[in-house]
Amino acid sequence: MAGRPTYFDEMFGHGTAARAPYADYCDWFQHEDTARLLSKSEEAEALFRLIGVTFNVYGDPDATERLIPFDLVPRIIAAREWAKVAKGIEQRVRALNAFLHDIYHRQEIVRAGRLPAEMIARNDAFLPEMIGVSPPGDIYTHIVGTDLVRTGDDEFFVLEDNARTPSGVSYMLENRETMLHMFPELFSKIKVQSVGQYPRSLRKSLSACAPDACNGRPTIAVLTPGIHNSAYYEHAFLADQMSAELVEGHDLRVVDGRVAMRTTRGYKPIDVLYRRVDDEYLDPLNFNPDSVLGVPGIMDVYRAGGITIANAPGTGIADDKAIYSYMPDIVEFYTGEKAILQNVPTHRCSEPQALKYVLDNLADLVVKEVHGSGGYGMLVGPAASKKEIEEFRAKLEAAPGNYIAQPTLALSTVPILTDAGLAPRHVDLRPFVLVSPDRIDITPGGLTRVALTEGSLVVNSSQGGGTKDTWVLEE
Amino acid sequence: MRLNVLHKTHYTYDAPVPYGLQQVRLRPKSRLGQLVEEWRIDVTGGQVEVSFEDEHANAVDLVSFASGQTEIEITCAGIVDVEDKAGIVGPQGGYVPLWLFRRSTVLTTPGEHVQALADRAPANCSDLDRLHALSAHVLEQVPYSTDQTASDLTAEAVMQAGHGVCQDHAHVFITAARLLGFPARYVSGYLMMDDRVDQDASHAWAEAYVEGLGWVGFDISNGISPDARYVRVATGLDYRGAAPISGLRYGNAGEDMSVTLQVQQQ
Amino acid sequence: MLGKTAGGLFWMFRYLERAENTARMIDAGLRISLTRSSAAESEWTSILSSTGLSAAYSEIHGAPDGPKVIDFLLRDPNNPGSIMAGIEAARMNARVVRTALTREVWEAVNECYMVLKRLLAQQVQDRDLPRVLQVIRQRSAFVRGALHGTMVRNHIYNFARIGTFFERADNTARILDQKYYILLPSVRLVGSPSDNVQWDTILRATSTTRAYQTLHDGEVDPKAIAKFLILDGRLPRSLAFCYGKIGDNLGYLEHEYETRHTCQSLSDALCSKFKAHDMNAIFDYGLHEFITDFLRDSAALGRQIEIDYRFIE
Repeated sequence: MAGRPTYFDEMFGHGTAARAPYADYCDWFQHEDTARLLSKSEEAEALFRLIGVTFNVYGDPDATERLIPFDLVPRIIAAREWAKVAKGIEQRVRALNAFLHDIYHRQEIVRAGRLPAEMIARNDAFLPEMIGVSPPGDIYTHIVGTDLVRTGDDEFFVLEDNARTPSGVSYMLENRETMLHMFPELFSKIKVQSVGQYPRSLRKSLSACAPDACNGRPTIAVLTPGIHNSAYYEHAFLADQMSAELVEGHDLRVVDGRVAMRTTRGYKPIDVLYRRVDDEYLDPLNFNPDSVLGVPGIMDVYRAGGITIANAPGTGIADDKAIYSYMPDIVEFYTGEKAILQNVPTHRCSEPQALKYVLDNLADLVVKEVHGSGGYGMLVGPAASKKEIEEFRAKLEAAPGNYIAQPTLALSTVPILTDAGLAPRHVDLRPFVLVSPDRIDITPGGLTRVALTEGSLVVNSSQGGGTKDTWVLEE
Repeated sequence: MRLNVLHKTHYTYDAPVPYGLQQVRLRPKSRLGQLVEEWRIDVTGGQVEVSFEDEHANAVDLVSFASGQTEIEITCAGIVDVEDKAGIVGPQGGYVPLWLFRRSTVLTTPGEHVQALADRAPANCSDLDRLHALSAHVLEQVPYSTDQTASDLTAEAVMQAGHGVCQDHAHVFITAARLLGFPARYVSGYLMMDDRVDQDASHAWAEAYVEGLGWVGFDISNGISPDARYVRVATGLDYRGAAPISGLRYGNAGEDMSVTLQVQQQ
Repeated sequence: MLGKTAGGLFWMFRYLERAENTARMIDAGLRISLTRSSAAESEWTSILSSTGLSAAYSEIHGAPDGPKVIDFLLRDPNNPGSIMAGIEAARMNARVVRTALTREVWEAVNECYMVLKRLLAQQVQDRDLPRVLQVIRQRSAFVRGALHGTMVRNHIYNFARIGTFFERADNTARILDQKYYILLPSVRLVGSPSDNVQWDTILRATSTTRAYQTLHDGEVDPKAIAKFLILDGRLPRSLAFCYGKIGDNLGYLEHEYETRHTCQSLSDALCSKFKAHDMNAIFDYGLHEFITDFLRDSAALGRQIEIDYRFIE
């Protein structure tokens, strides 16, 4: 059929009529004036600026605080669709924690021959200091952001498991606040599952993981690298919403066997530290001695059971892109069930046959650095020039073990509002998951990131991506 | 052999130290061939904050400086019964996978000199003989000398310097043994020198993992495997992982350290 | 609350107060240069001195010149003591202590910053200057209003207030320090018009002209001005008023923390100097010496507060 869109559009499918979850919204939209909506868009931007929902761009002194563009057309998911996704995420997150415990203990999965030892041995994200450490509740990754993409009506793929320090949850919450503020009438017409409970759930979930050393109500603090960090707004936001202290490394030190923060009344021990500082910088005594962001000796107190660190150090081994390719096996090994959510087929360039295939098909593949993040250091074959492909080929041949490759997925689109009306753009989804000893809590929806440039598949905020509010409808 | 150990490490600073921590790996543990009868650590000018077992099952104490101190002293005293097991330490316990001991660290990253040394190791013999030969080659190419003032030299730098102390020998041996495919590790501990009570310093040697035997010790500096005069205190991938004391402090006070160590047969 | 947060609140409000005070001084200087251009240069010199920025200014620009001084004080990127730099510093501190502030206070500071960033992007034209100075005072007042209207009266509020009063008293004292000689009874030239302008400037620089006139039936008398700015507990910019408030706020902290700190003894000692309410005694001691002592003692108090409440380690 001529002109038929190649990509699955979540609002219109492959046709022109609104899909069921969007029916009420489209009905409302038809009666709206585009000019009014565009002015609302500016209103939203002014609001974000006033609140200070900004991120810092490294190495750009003239624009130290930028807004992530917000598109006010929501992404809508039906309750039935979400239920299945949520079940898949829960299964995956359970497996991740079981995997982390195993990797830092007996490594049964390696002994069983389901994961080659070198996947761990040659991995910088494996932290020997964590060997034998069992955090409270055996929870290693308390806060997970499972990046998903959709390719069809019933097709979701996991793109990556962010098991270290997933960010973006403040955008999810502020996006919803902004939508409620701008379009109250929509929310009375369409019943959307709430996301506002997230900070309370986070607090509860962290409290449930307090160490034995804690007596009484757990003291929680958020560790930030400081106001110049790109996600500082989120750190302050979460601390504020949880009524936790927002601390930096220099506010903390080891006092009487605990990690304590310097308050106006003296040192006060912290029970659970939600840290937004990377492993390497967490403890200059045990890791990078040049770090000024961390707390000397915190790993010692941690290993002695005096504090809970969320997420645990060393969780990076679970969200590594090479380990990712084994996730279906990992899920099956620890849960005894087939993975509900699919992995994107992944070619490990460390394997000669796979490397050959990748080199032969660079123009059709997405090639990523194993340890990279944020969309840097990757090649999107179909969008790259001949020259870019050849340059990347050289990098790949020089260090094949550093790369994996995946087919370019036909990422779904959701319309954004442009001067010319609605226009489809590619999206992904980062749901936020909280793990505590007795439950796994998944906020309905998550953060939808959208590539604002027509045809682009890169949704990262550092590279021209924006965000949308994500609605999961009530049953 | 029953060994009586008294080990004092004394730090003085030329200005008050506002805050500092010392990570102390100075508690030997009872194990095959080694029975710790008595052991205590006393700190003056500071306090033990926490104690825990690290990934190599070393007992670690984290010591903090009392604020504004210009001196801190860590004293270990105890009695250890040691049997001569011909250097055999036994199987790998705990959760650390053997491959970890094949990983190179900053101090044990091989270069051409260590590679050349490893290449000299005899091929047609048992693993044990091969390692003993390697140990002898290390001492031959890096004779013992206390002239070297720099500590924390990499194995490759030690080879280039052409002489070294026990720590340097251990690093070169470990690096080369790993090149030959053996899991290898660094050991810090005490050695009772037969001719004296006051020892110059604590000692260091290496262990390599030999199929069928498990971990076997090699005191490269003395050309033997550890016997009943050796107290094994801590192990790690290199010196930094097994260091008796490694610290961090705020401010810019200059540090001076003195060690007194007595090891005698009881 | 973190010690760092207490320090951040203290400094956030010091910076805001300082920016507002600098705006007042520019206003006073502007007035003189418009009405008595011959006195203008020495007036700008004195303003630069009371802001502590003389050296920084002369290093870049040399002799004081009205438009240059105004730009320097308002927005010169080379001047870390400019109003714009002060507002930026206040906002940076507000970001650090964000979790201690209500959304209203944060938004007021952030908006103050955004508005001034735009207004002070380029050198301000003469004709726009009065309006810009008004916006600065107004935006600063918005923050104060949000603080009063939305913040719980606990330690957070007290540290914010201590910062405000500390800076304000410091500012009043520095203006007096620059002008003490024209307030001395011994050297008074009766009815000298030049003195009248100088007195007017002092009142203008502290925004107290109207208050003074109301309370003194329009009679301008240097001794009364000195008493007014130092001892009058009704005037929110007087040293006595500010130190009364600092004493109160430290007292509230003592109550909340159930701990009395050394800084309170220092504060009490300072307050007692105002309690006697005796301007003649101050003149006998020496006005200049009195102000010098005050600046020294208040600096010591600031350091002690920092230690007692662990702003830093």
